[in-house]
Amino acid sequence: MTVINSHETTGVDGGFHLSEAGARDFFELLKPRVMSLVVFTAVVGLLLAPGQINPVLGLISILCIAVGAGASGALNMWYDADIDAVMSRTAKRPIPTGRIEPREALAFGLTLSVFSVTILGLAVNWFAASLLAFTIFFYAVVYTMWLKRSTPQNIVIGGASGAFPPMLGWACVTGGVSLDSILLFLIIFLWTPAHFWALALFKMRDYGSVGIPMMPNVAGERSTKGQMVVYAVLTAAVAVGPYFTGLASAGYGLFAAVLSAIFIYCSIAVWRMPDGDEKMIAAKKMFAYSVFYLFAIFSALLADHFAAGMFALAGGSL
Amino acid sequence: MIETIKVTDKQKKSRRNRNIALGLVLAGLVLLFYIITLVKIGGLGS
Repeated sequence: MTVINSHETTGVDGGFHLSEAGARDFFELLKPRVMSLVVFTAVVGLLLAPGQINPVLGLISILCIAVGAGASGALNMWYDADIDAVMSRTAKRPIPTGRIEPREALAFGLTLSVFSVTILGLAVNWFAASLLAFTIFFYAVVYTMWLKRSTPQNIVIGGASGAFPPMLGWACVTGGVSLDSILLFLIIFLWTPAHFWALALFKMRDYGSVGIPMMPNVAGERSTKGQMVVYAVLTAAVAVGPYFTGLASAGYGLFAAVLSAIFIYCSIAVWRMPDGDEKMIAAKKMFAYSVFYLFAIFSALLADHFAAGMFALAGGSL
Repeated sequence: MIETIKVTDKQKKSRRNRNIALGLVLAGLVLLFYIITLVKIGGLGS
């Protein structure tokens, strides 16, 4: 028999409730898959930036960016628990399944936000910390609370929050932004609509059932597919940009051009898909390729950077 | 107001699991601040 203060145990139903949530459930609130992409792109931004950062502070920067991204994921799950419960893709998340209470997720998200921003500011620089705070605010408030349920442009504008990590990594080293870091931002920003609308096309009914105004539900399949091609072309144009600004070599430029051509080809395949297609194979292929494409572009930037460094070293030793 | 309830084994296990995780996070934070202090005071951060 255990004595417990009643205010700690009162559940939503007014009865007694003790949480059965484990550490793993809280970890799930951080959206680890999204976090892994955030970490990867932030690392690339940090390593490509001109100048140097103490390796330990570099690791702390990435940790803070990862935790900040996780915090915004937790705040997103807190606010979206009602629609997550209805959609098949999100119904098994910790809040809809009752493993974690909404107020626990809110407290968790807010605490992690404050800690990640404060530690980044104290350890690295306050410009990067302010940018991280803005990123969390943009995802949790601007995208989740405002845009997501009110406009079909939700993921176009909201996509900015997912595009900030390389700029954050860059800011940790330089304490500012530059044309190159804006280019890294634009690659993800312009890639997001084509990537997300491919998913929205084959999950259209899910979004429709909860009243989220995704582009295919509001503007129709034809218009969405046309816009996907436009965004794929814009992404391709920006993806080869690092070669023209001198951030990457011609080898990267060629590699990015080939990958981008395939990205455009995939978007055209989606555009040619008949409206009302049940299987949506082209859209599923586009979604899968878009993930690979972004990963490959950023990997190529990193590989190109290290190759240039090695050539410089070899040239200097001759 | 004091209430008495029975805590199930699953709830006990989850609580212990959360406590261990929180303890590890706190220890990690102590270590993190120690390292940041060393780097900053040692002038290695510049």
